[in-house]
Amino acid sequence: MATLQLHDIVKRFDDTEVIKGVDLEVNDREFVVFVGPSGCGKSTLLRMIAGLESATSGDILIDGVRMNEVGPAERGLAMVFQSYALYPHMTVEDNMGFSLKLAGVPKEERRRKVREAASILQLEPLLERKPKALSGGQRQRVAIGRAIVRNPSIFLFDEPLSNLDAALRVQMRIELARLHEELDATMIYVTHDQIEAMTMADKIVVLQGGVVEQVGSPMELYHHPRNRFVAGFIGSPKMNFLEVERVSAAATGVEVRLPDGDTCTVPVDGSGLDDDALTLGIRPEHLQLDPQGPLSGRIEVIERLGGVTSLYVRMQDTLVTMSADGNVDSRVGDSLRFGFERDCAHLFDGEGLALPSLARHPLAGLNRQDNRAPAAAGRL
Amino acid sequence: MTTLKTKVLPAEGHLAATSSGARARHTPLMPSAGMRRVWLTLLGWGIALIIFFPILWMVLTGFKTEAAAIADPSLIFTPTLESYVAVQARADYFKFAMNSVVVAFGSTLLALLIAIPAAYAMAFLPTRRTKATLLWMLSTKMLPPVGVLVPIYLIFRDLGLLDTRSGLIIVYTLMNLPIVVWMLYTFFKDLPRDILEAGRMDGASTFQEVVYLLLPLTLPGIASTGLLSVILSWNEAFWSLNLTSSNAAPLTAYIASFSSPEGLFWAKLSAASTMAIAPILIFGWLTQKQMVRGLTFGAVK
Ligand SMILES: Nc1ncnc2c1ncn2[C@@H]1O[C@H](COP(=O)(O)OP(=O)(O)OP(=O)(O)O)[C@@H](O)[C@H]1O
Ligand SMILES: [Mg+2]
Repeated sequence: MATLQLHDIVKRFDDTEVIKGVDLEVNDREFVVFVGPSGCGKSTLLRMIAGLESATSGDILIDGVRMNEVGPAERGLAMVFQSYALYPHMTVEDNMGFSLKLAGVPKEERRRKVREAASILQLEPLLERKPKALSGGQRQRVAIGRAIVRNPSIFLFDEPLSNLDAALRVQMRIELARLHEELDATMIYVTHDQIEAMTMADKIVVLQGGVVEQVGSPMELYHHPRNRFVAGFIGSPKMNFLEVERVSAAATGVEVRLPDGDTCTVPVDGSGLDDDALTLGIRPEHLQLDPQGPLSGRIEVIERLGGVTSLYVRMQDTLVTMSADGNVDSRVGDSLRFGFERDCAHLFDGEGLALPSLARHPLAGLNRQDNRAPAAAGRL
Repeated sequence: MTTLKTKVLPAEGHLAATSSGARARHTPLMPSAGMRRVWLTLLGWGIALIIFFPILWMVLTGFKTEAAAIADPSLIFTPTLESYVAVQARADYFKFAMNSVVVAFGSTLLALLIAIPAAYAMAFLPTRRTKATLLWMLSTKMLPPVGVLVPIYLIFRDLGLLDTRSGLIIVYTLMNLPIVVWMLYTFFKDLPRDILEAGRMDGASTFQEVVYLLLPLTLPGIASTGLLSVILSWNEAFWSLNLTSSNAAPLTAYIASFSSPEGLFWAKLSAASTMAIAPILIFGWLTQKQMVRGLTFGAVK
């Protein structure tokens, strides 16, 4: 239904630059998630796309047409706010039909369209209620319904689930994914929750300090983070970072000295590398207990989640997180040795940039559409 | 305002009394807390009575004969409308009352018309100087009005506004504008921005945003601001005495006309004053719920 392009978008509030030159391409029917820590400018970027905030410089193009000077309503977008922003003095039906009323749509047609959207979201029994009389989840659905009624070319969501409790959040996440399929719309979704980003996105945009750190599919960001920031931000529990020393570097691999003195070769392209102090990144799920392993430490904390047990292991001055089997019988205070899968390790140079892996992960190009069975995918 | 407070206080005292009764039923073993409530309630009523007493006395005096009014104070007397008749024979109350109504409501309406857009801009499109502007506006209220009496009098004379209702409306509007803008600003500020932005996304123009969203959602605040403005305008005496003589004179001028030449005719003066404050007292009493709700809106929401 619609594409979006951002060209070198800059936003300054007074003298502080909040968005520092963002370029982005959003394809038709794509589910794009902006993710990043608090204050990185996600909302500001979304609000500029919506037209609620003006860009200091740069171009915003929707379907190839420059929209910088076009008002929010004329851009053909709909936005769902974190606070829901329902009109408290109107019933659910009037909330959902407000845009149609402003557009002068006759009452009967308005009613029909509102009911249509309400049925998608199972809101029919609530149409007469005021927002005050709704639960958080119901309010959220009304806010989404209000967006659907406008039949926008692009849906914008600003942390729509962050006011819901954990269980409801999971449920709404699934519902949003279903909605994306059903409406076949382009959606841009802002969150600081990397799990929401990983589960819903076709494409994730990682932002930090007003700069795009990396754009890619969830699996690409997970397997091939461009830098330390993305590596640490995507994935839960967080990736472990160990300070290591370079022994030798070649295009076929980089040999490093681990904290305990052992050396190992990481399969990354080290040509032209001249930093001596490097950072080795290993995800908790890629660490394994191994009596012959090159790393060792003492367990400080154990978190048993049932299926998985998180071990927090003290190695000199770093605390390493390890996802172990749920049935592991270690105790706090135990000393243990462990190792890791070389192919899954990441190596970062002195500036925190990742050295390119020698082999691309087979799933790195996968996106959500590819998870569908071929029959369903063939529907398009 | 004073009169209004006295009307509110008993209501609160009453509330406290009933809730203390309910409390006592649930916790019969705590008489000391109950006693405290009773004392506080009595104290509240006592203070209310003291504040209200001069007004009560004035009302009573209005129903006395001139002789009874200057005699030893007494609560027991034969009520008479003699003073009211005399007062009405000397000056047409309704003419003055009409002026008061037109001027108080007219200036309030005008002030709201100017202040709503101003407060909207300050609350939702603030600049670096907005806070300072607000403070400056409020600071103009600290200027003693008498300090600008001569220039305003001269301007009014030259523009032919002396002793006209429109002249008074203009002065009262200007007089109340800082407070009205300030109050509306605080009420608007309490409205989540998101709601207006959602409206804008839904295609509302600024005017539609104000009419469909801002006004209905801040109505309690706007109403209490308007009520306050009406009361302040109604009670204003300085400008009305100086800028009007007969045609546009409101009730404050009406009272004054009894006090100066006939200094010691207490009963007539009281009757005139009672008639002058009665409308606003009744108005304040009828709207007190609205008023209190608006003024505490931000706090209880
Ligand atoms: N109107 C404004 N005036 C000045 N600075 C602003 C304004 N709005 C946002 N900022 C600043 O811009 C930066 C980015 O804000 P933004 O709201 O986009 O962050 P965010 O990524 O959405 O964070 P969060 O996850 O907390 O919502 C912040 O440092 C914020 O202080
Ligand atoms: Mg935000």
